[in-house]
Amino acid sequence: METTVQQFPPFREGEAHPAHDDHGHGEPHEHHEPGFWSKYIFSTDHKIIGIQYGMTALFFMLFGFFLMILMRWQIAHPGQPVPLLGPLLEKILGQPAAGGAISPDLYNSFGAMHGTIMVFLGVVPLAFAAFGNYVVPLMIGAPDMCFPRVNMASYHAFFLGGVVMFVSFFIPGGAAQAGWTSYSPLATTIPTNGQAFWLVGMILLITSSLLGAVNFIATIIQLRAPGMTWMRLPWFVWTQFVTAFLLLLAFPPLEAAGLLQLMDNVAHTSFFLPTGLAIGGHLANISGGGSPLLWQHLFWFLGHPEVYVLILPGMGIVAEIIANNTRKPLWGYKSLVYAVLAVGFLSFIVWAHHMYMTGMGQKIATFFQATTMIISIPSVIILTCLFLSLWGGSIRINTPMLFALGWLPMFGIGGLTGLPLGLAAADLYLHDTYYVIAHFHYVVAPGTIFALFAGIYFWFPKMTGRKMNEFWGRVHFWCSLVFMNLVFMPMFAQGIKGMLRRMSDGGVNYSAARVPNAIDTLPGSVMELNHWIFAAAVALGIAQIPFIINLFWSIKHGEKVGDNPWHATTLDWQTATPPPHGNFAHEPRVVRGPYEYSMPGHAEDFTPQNEPDAPTAPKFSPAPAAH
Amino acid sequence: MSEAHSTDLKSYIRRCALVFLAVICTTSLMIAASFANIGGWPVKVAVILAVAVVNAFLVAGFLMHLLSEKKMVYTVLAFTVFFFAGLMGLTVWATGDFPVGTIFH
Amino acid sequence: MDIPYTIKPRPDTGIYNAKVGIWLFLASEVMLFGGLFSAYVLLRVGASDGFWPHGWLNVKLGTLNTLILALSAITTLLAWAACKVGEFGKFKIFHACTLLLALSFLCVKMYEYHDKWIHYEIKLNDGTFADGHMVENDPAKDYLVIEGRIVKDESLLYDLRSQKNIPHDEIKIARADIKSKENYGPWHHTYLAIYFTLTGLHALHILGGSIVIGYLWGPGSRMYKRNPEQFTNRIEVSGLFWHFVDLVWIFLFPVLYLT
Repeated sequence: METTVQQFPPFREGEAHPAHDDHGHGEPHEHHEPGFWSKYIFSTDHKIIGIQYGMTALFFMLFGFFLMILMRWQIAHPGQPVPLLGPLLEKILGQPAAGGAISPDLYNSFGAMHGTIMVFLGVVPLAFAAFGNYVVPLMIGAPDMCFPRVNMASYHAFFLGGVVMFVSFFIPGGAAQAGWTSYSPLATTIPTNGQAFWLVGMILLITSSLLGAVNFIATIIQLRAPGMTWMRLPWFVWTQFVTAFLLLLAFPPLEAAGLLQLMDNVAHTSFFLPTGLAIGGHLANISGGGSPLLWQHLFWFLGHPEVYVLILPGMGIVAEIIANNTRKPLWGYKSLVYAVLAVGFLSFIVWAHHMYMTGMGQKIATFFQATTMIISIPSVIILTCLFLSLWGGSIRINTPMLFALGWLPMFGIGGLTGLPLGLAAADLYLHDTYYVIAHFHYVVAPGTIFALFAGIYFWFPKMTGRKMNEFWGRVHFWCSLVFMNLVFMPMFAQGIKGMLRRMSDGGVNYSAARVPNAIDTLPGSVMELNHWIFAAAVALGIAQIPFIINLFWSIKHGEKVGDNPWHATTLDWQTATPPPHGNFAHEPRVVRGPYEYSMPGHAEDFTPQNEPDAPTAPKFSPAPAAH
Repeated sequence: MSEAHSTDLKSYIRRCALVFLAVICTTSLMIAASFANIGGWPVKVAVILAVAVVNAFLVAGFLMHLLSEKKMVYTVLAFTVFFFAGLMGLTVWATGDFPVGTIFH
Repeated sequence: MDIPYTIKPRPDTGIYNAKVGIWLFLASEVMLFGGLFSAYVLLRVGASDGFWPHGWLNVKLGTLNTLILALSAITTLLAWAACKVGEFGKFKIFHACTLLLALSFLCVKMYEYHDKWIHYEIKLNDGTFADGHMVENDPAKDYLVIEGRIVKDESLLYDLRSQKNIPHDEIKIARADIKSKENYGPWHHTYLAIYFTLTGLHALHILGGSIVIGYLWGPGSRMYKRNPEQFTNRIEVSGLFWHFVDLVWIFLFPVLYLT
């Protein structure tokens, strides 16, 4: 599968278009085989870049998962040395892991980095950058992204950001410890350079996302193949389009805020440090005059659109897989398009529902509560359309479809449990409890990550020409579904019972056993759940092993399949496997919508978007002759 | 195509000179408003920002050709301006809206 | 493999790719500087009475910079117009002017930064404040010399606009009398913090823009012979970025210098 990777597009676009030869470009030019570095490391081909993003993101997700397992151990067995890995931790990290146990500071750094890594180094690069880069140009019939070199720069900025974040674990003082939200003044007063590393890493990651967003939007606007009108785009492309806009316009204020916090940390400014701040009992030697709330506003201005960045590409993947495996068009395509545009637009004006507990007045709280409730409407419209798409379908069960079907109720639970959090009165009680953790993990973990698994199983044959093993795929699905629910469902109960977030001792100092005469302590049942959650988390981790093995084993030994094994209608499946340099041998001409499955009068139960109308085909095929 | 070029360029230069003159005027106006005795700082800030917006309009409209730009660009910028207004407006509103009658306020 | 619409515009949108890209990028830059301006507004609105300074920046130098940048925006546009009509020589002249003006802007800015760097507020042991530029600060000697004034009330150091004829005398201060001293860097006051951040980020954009325009003026101008249309597009796109940088200054100047 040697594909020549062209580094720089030729300049001669202004000349008349010569007839296409099999290479797909008009002029003969030298075909020198690029070396390893140009082909795999400094590639400008969107498919390679997509796989680079995917592999890096999966590595970081595994690392983030591992941090979580360590945290869950500490929560279930506070202060006790980690079995098996304790001595190794002590060797690598030194004092914070003294005796192989996780100290509170170390726990905090694991917590902050688990969130940061999963969101910015795991899900966003996988959902948006990896799948988007690989699939979107193919789906719209383009030869590559609009700006291939910017694409390459965007991956390398991401990679550098990841390196900075990873390295921060090993500096004196350790990694960032002020949560993935990095609130000031804590983020400025913690005595570690890890916070500065976090900020530098974030600036690199944000730059990467911005470059990527520009590329995606320009590509979708400018490089759609002839006949690919906006309303013929597969819905996955719409979700990526809106996601790109969210990244483009919501990330920069956080980049600005990150710069300001970095100056607070390094240049002793007081952007977010109030007058009269005391640290360790002494007045801090700062100019004062800053506002901690300013950080929160600038952070959550991104933070809320960010969660839609996390979910929208996943929704798009699920939609494609559902259409394909029900052999019928999506229900309510137009509603889906307008709903996703509405979600994108509204997501910019709901952010302060993360700040109900900051002493807001009633008017502003009501405003944000109203917009938050309103945004649930298009979200529900999307979920409803996807559910209704199953109705009357000829449902085909395979691993991608299982993950897509599993996504539906999981996202339902995640989304619905968000409603009490959006209502200010209920949020007063639930804020910063485990209820919040359960809510957002349901949306992202058995939500988005299931969608991403579905996407990997689905598009694997297009990337490699082989299917992943179906049996182990189903094992992966069922085990993940069961254990994800066992991990996160109890957290709703814990949160309602009052267990707070970010407690490195797992709540034991607030438990009925420790302080029996205090009111409203955490009952033994809640504390007991910590053990079950830890066991389920370990089982969840074990359940990923077949997936990892399947992924790598199937590259060389999976069942060989043709160019369109799922019999899909979208353009990404109407080209060779893997797609060649330039993606399509001849520029596709789109003549129909994206989900023409089971159309009456056609021999096949699917009609690709670029299949021309047969001019003399009869309206109804004659009945097959009886034998 | 080249006969009209030098004249094209000359008329372009003339138009640009007019824009530059307008920029000098608006800048002087802002400076004057800043030092004049027209009221307290809130009034001054309002006047100065209004003139700055006019100045920005000159640069964006003429020098960046925004006045003759395509709808797609307009749409993106319109949304951007809306979200920027939201960021600034809602943040300032949030800072000013807090419960009163407590021991702190 | 050719990516379509790199030079010729796409019929339904009417724009070529790089133009779409640069406008999208500029939209994100609006949000970036918008975030910083929002920070400014919040810090200023939230500041207690009398805390926010006025008159700490030199309006004359700011005005000079405004005119320099406005002129450079004009020369940038004319450089593109020259390319469009095929006058390569004039393009070279116009963009040379742009680069020189950019350099002048940065020089003025550096002078302003230096001026703040050597401006000190010194808290004295008797509760008064000495404020002025450091003239002599020899560590071997037991005194230092500033050119400024000594005030009893610190708030006099903030609203300079309402004070007439501020004295600028050479004052010798014994080191033994000094409680603490701090220069007018970003750590000194949130106003300076946001000033340095806003103008610093803006100056970085000027630098970046200059490097791009410099490259296109120099080695990159070889493309003009080979593909004048694509080269003109590059000049247009980099010109749009430059105009945006001017646009930011149009708001920076009044907000920081005049209000």
